[in-house]
Amino acid sequence: MSDPPSLGRDDVAHVARLARLSLSEQELDMFTGQLARVIEHARDVSSLDVAGVPPTSHPIPIRNVLRSDEPCAGLDRDEVLAAAPDVEDGRFRVPRIVGEAP
Amino acid sequence: MTRGGPTGAAGATGAAGAARAEGVQSALSIAGTVRRGERTAVSVVEAALAAIAARDPGLHAFLHVAADEARAAAEALDEAVRAGNAPGPLAGVPVALKDNLCTRGMPTTCASRILEGWRPPYDATVVTRLRDAGAIVVGKTNLDEFAMGSSTENSCVGPTRHPMDPSRVPGGSSGGSAAAVGAGLVPLGLGSDTGGSVRQPAALCGVVGMKPTYGVVSRYGLVAFASSLDQIGPIARSVADAALLLEVIAGNDPLDSTSLDRPAPQVSRSLDAGVDGLRVGVCDELVDDTAPDVSRCVREAAEDLAKAGAFVEEVSVPEIRFGLSAYYLIAPAEASSNLARYDGVRYGLRVDAADVAAMNTATRTAGFGPEVKRRIMLGTYALSAGYYDAYYGKAQRARTLLIQAFDRAYRRFDVLLGATAPTTAFKIGERVADPLAMYMSDVCTIPSNLSGHPAMTVPFGSGDDGLPVGVQVLAPALEEERMFQVAAALERAAAARAGAALEHPPAARAGTGEDARR
Repeated sequence: MSDPPSLGRDDVAHVARLARLSLSEQELDMFTGQLARVIEHARDVSSLDVAGVPPTSHPIPIRNVLRSDEPCAGLDRDEVLAAAPDVEDGRFRVPRIVGEAP
Repeated sequence: MTRGGPTGAAGATGAAGAARAEGVQSALSIAGTVRRGERTAVSVVEAALAAIAARDPGLHAFLHVAADEARAAAEALDEAVRAGNAPGPLAGVPVALKDNLCTRGMPTTCASRILEGWRPPYDATVVTRLRDAGAIVVGKTNLDEFAMGSSTENSCVGPTRHPMDPSRVPGGSSGGSAAAVGAGLVPLGLGSDTGGSVRQPAALCGVVGMKPTYGVVSRYGLVAFASSLDQIGPIARSVADAALLLEVIAGNDPLDSTSLDRPAPQVSRSLDAGVDGLRVGVCDELVDDTAPDVSRCVREAAEDLAKAGAFVEEVSVPEIRFGLSAYYLIAPAEASSNLARYDGVRYGLRVDAADVAAMNTATRTAGFGPEVKRRIMLGTYALSAGYYDAYYGKAQRARTLLIQAFDRAYRRFDVLLGATAPTTAFKIGERVADPLAMYMSDVCTIPSNLSGHPAMTVPFGSGDDGLPVGVQVLAPALEEERMFQVAAALERAAAARAGAALEHPPAARAGTGEDARR
């Protein structure tokens, strides 16, 4: 397997967009340098031969975790909505979602 | 215990250490006197609130002091004692909570602008269990934003200061809880440990800090950072107090599907058992790259365990060396997913914009600090198309190799021993400009998070600068009892060394809980 690619300014701009973060030109430069160093350091992992090694996503294997199907009280609706930035008619209110006029 | 005991070593560090330990009563002792009606919970809580008011302005360990709620809870507890009701194992004990643990109606900010002003509609399971055990929550403590950091400098409201030297960091990310306990403002604190965030600050502040086996303590109500690594753990001034706190918060919780279906580990009963015949592996990778004064303390700890009857041998676990890299791919990947929920819709900050996507972006850009943005972007990158196999996939497989290596080591040894942090407390500002240098602070603690195994730090001696050093005990999954047994032996050895250094006869420590039991 070839060496994994290094991380550049375009990559940082791309992941910032995916993660819904807006960066200034100056921040883009700073983060690119910092993240490239971390990715560079990660070569000791990315260059490992792990053929045939299964991945670990959970350190202590447990499966089929079920609890009894009994009704119980949920969170109080008014208390939850009280923490929201904007509500209307007992629901969360957000700005326009699609590009058309409302 | 009031002197010596867990931080006997701190006594050897001079005036600061002595001042730090003055007049601090152990949780065990407080709960005993309150239960027996010899002291009121109100008086205990008033003393804690007074200590916080007097000393926290210089320390900045607390983000929120819940004085009214604490007084009300203490009054209710005293009433219960007077009525003859059993008030629980932590009766009247003031506890500080890291501010990423949800407390109903009480601010929970994660030291982030994005959660400023948020009051959760529910308590974390650990908070419910503390209240049920009679503990009194006195406030919420500072942390690196969303627990991402090793110094508490990434807090949106500024750093916590080290209890013995205000120019230094207390470690992180649970630096507020560690500093509050280290300074003696409260006997107990809770932190969360994703890559060492309980153990590293506990070591730097000269207190005991412990990360349980993954799944032993419920994560319900802990604001998620990296879900396959996060565990809540106790911070205390003695091994016995940490044991008491663990027993209260541990145990299965149906509200957390990763919580193990088994009772809380019983760790207090073996604290006096000693280490005779136990096999202790001193782990090269957790000693070699640490500062000389830190590695000296680990070697002294190993010598003392050998003198106490343990079989001590050096062991190499080379897979530990790629733990840091694996962690800084896995943890950010999980964080980037977990922190997607901060979208300005249901809670916390919203920065208005013309449409939802622009509102999301404006909110997240304004609400997150630079370290959180770094981790989100790093994780997004590690998970993104084309890079997933090379980074996240490899890191998950490296994690398997590390777990297998630990399993091999634990066939030969009951516990492993190493440093908790590579150096003593560093200066504020020293590592902020270089994220990779900051990440290195976690190099000794990260392996246990990746493996899911328990680990804890015990203060053992001090560095050339007079600041505390922590020695780390690592154990196989669910072997908390054995780990506490070794930790208690180390605590006694540290106290003996400090006593010898000060030329105090052993009798000077009589009356402490530790000696009383011996």
